[in-house]
Amino acid sequence: MTALLETRSLSKSFGALRATRDVSFKLEQGARHALIGPNGAGKTTFINLLTGVLKPSAGTVLLKGNDITHVAQAERVKLGIARTFQINRLFRGLSVLENVYMAIAERVGAAPNMFVPAGSRRDVIDEAMELLTRLKLADVAHKTIPELPYGRQRLVELAITLGLKPEVLLLDEPAAGVPSAESHIILDAIDALPKSIGVLIIDHDMDLVFRFAQRITVLVRGAMFAEGTPKEIGANPDVRAVYLGQAAHA
Amino acid sequence: MSIDTNTGVGAASGMGTSLAARTLAARHRLRWWEPLPWLLAIGFYFAFPRYLGFGTEMLITILFAISLDLALGYAGIITLGHAAFFGAGAYTVGILAKHGIWTEPITGLLWAAMVAGLVGLASGLVLLRTTGLTLLMLTICTMGLLEELANMGAEYTGGFDGLDSLPIQPVFGVFEFDVLYSTTQYLYVLGVLLVCFVFVRTLVYSPFGHSLTGIRENTLRMHAVGAPVRMRLVVCYAISAALAGVAGALWAQANAYVNLSVLGLDRAATVLIVLVLGGYGRLYGGFVGAIAYMVLSHFLSKLYPSAWQLGLGLMLVVIALFARGGILGIGASLWHGHDKQRDAS
Repeated sequence: MTALLETRSLSKSFGALRATRDVSFKLEQGARHALIGPNGAGKTTFINLLTGVLKPSAGTVLLKGNDITHVAQAERVKLGIARTFQINRLFRGLSVLENVYMAIAERVGAAPNMFVPAGSRRDVIDEAMELLTRLKLADVAHKTIPELPYGRQRLVELAITLGLKPEVLLLDEPAAGVPSAESHIILDAIDALPKSIGVLIIDHDMDLVFRFAQRITVLVRGAMFAEGTPKEIGANPDVRAVYLGQAAHA
Repeated sequence: MSIDTNTGVGAASGMGTSLAARTLAARHRLRWWEPLPWLLAIGFYFAFPRYLGFGTEMLITILFAISLDLALGYAGIITLGHAAFFGAGAYTVGILAKHGIWTEPITGLLWAAMVAGLVGLASGLVLLRTTGLTLLMLTICTMGLLEELANMGAEYTGGFDGLDSLPIQPVFGVFEFDVLYSTTQYLYVLGVLLVCFVFVRTLVYSPFGHSLTGIRENTLRMHAVGAPVRMRLVVCYAISAALAGVAGALWAQANAYVNLSVLGLDRAATVLIVLVLGGYGRLYGGFVGAIAYMVLSHFLSKLYPSAWQLGLGLMLVVIALFARGGILGIGASLWHGHDKQRDAS
């Protein structure tokens, strides 16, 4: 069976630094997969290679078996690969609804239109409101981003990405910076994601990872170190030594 | 605690839902005060027949400021070289008229828009790969290059002296341009300004305009939602350039001359000051800024002929320090201040 998203011997070097080393990785359809690793393991570089922000030094990226190594970022979004950011990247001066409108307008091809008012695209507005309702953001849809508590800002981050109706969803530390009292709203939202989406979550929050993932890949110094079910990874003495042990000490 | 949030959500959602959607759906509708500037402009025509030259200059500045607002205020393209396009438009009309190739004013504007738009497109394709200070410097360089080109190509452009006594045909073949009182010029420029303004207003409220705002607010995120960011910016820049070209063409037609001042840093800086003064990214910032700037400089130069720019400078410092939204920003915060306070408490 062809994997939803696959990399073959993917490598990326910045000068002498080998940020990604020979990574062959598979994300299956509908997977709940986690990518973990200590700081500087190359997790973010790997995401940037998957989304097309960076070009690999060697190796290939495949989406449903098709080589997309040289497909630009914007095109990959159209093909169904979308991501959230570790640090919020929102349209801060705009309302929550307008934030989500932005993504949906791009997806449905409304955005290049110069001659009709944005407000006349009721289909886009309705879809955005529906998505916001699903994420329990409808009550703040009219507010601008700085008016929201950080936890809900993280939800807007997710809402924009879901507006792209991705098949592959890359979540870069979705709960980062969210106070623990609010983190349940992020976790609930992640639990409620459509089952058909293949989700890759990148995080060091072990509680989140073990609660969410069916499969875990451990990245150390740019290379794949171990892969398996949460149980296997939790029991793997090497992983405990390089990563989990380290995290426990920290 | 979770019960608390849930009831909060449930109670507010009905109101919030419709409010956000309604606001967005009605954003582009004409507000009650929007005809006011136009009524004022027509009123000015009757009230100050001896100041119509001044009025014409003001209307042209408004159009120029609006063109800059599209690039700078909406798309966030940092430029200090917008006079490049004003000049391109002005010289297009000037050269075509002086050499007897094209003297009809309205179609002349189209030529000017096309030439300035092409200059914007060509320079935008190169410049908009950069951002920030680099971009700012490159826009100044582009303008400098054009200015030098106009200076060197004396055979066509008149060089340092420029081109004067441009033969411009009457508008619609009927209304002669009046060198003394500018009555025709004023109404002609007002009409062109209205057409251009309606175009810009439609554009900024469109999904395209919304995506420009998105690029300004967060370029990286726009890439991540799959927007062709650079192409959008180039298109916006070219449209903005074409409009600046129309403003320049109007200036050349109304004054019946062109000289190197249309391409100067002075003009580029003035229009930026006008926009900052009025409030950028606000559609009407150009109107308010141009009126404030020109009226202030008119009266200040009468009062203190030697040091009138000091007053403008002080005002700009105050705006930059305390009111980033310009005069319109101050107005808006006064208008909404009461609501906000009530919201916060």
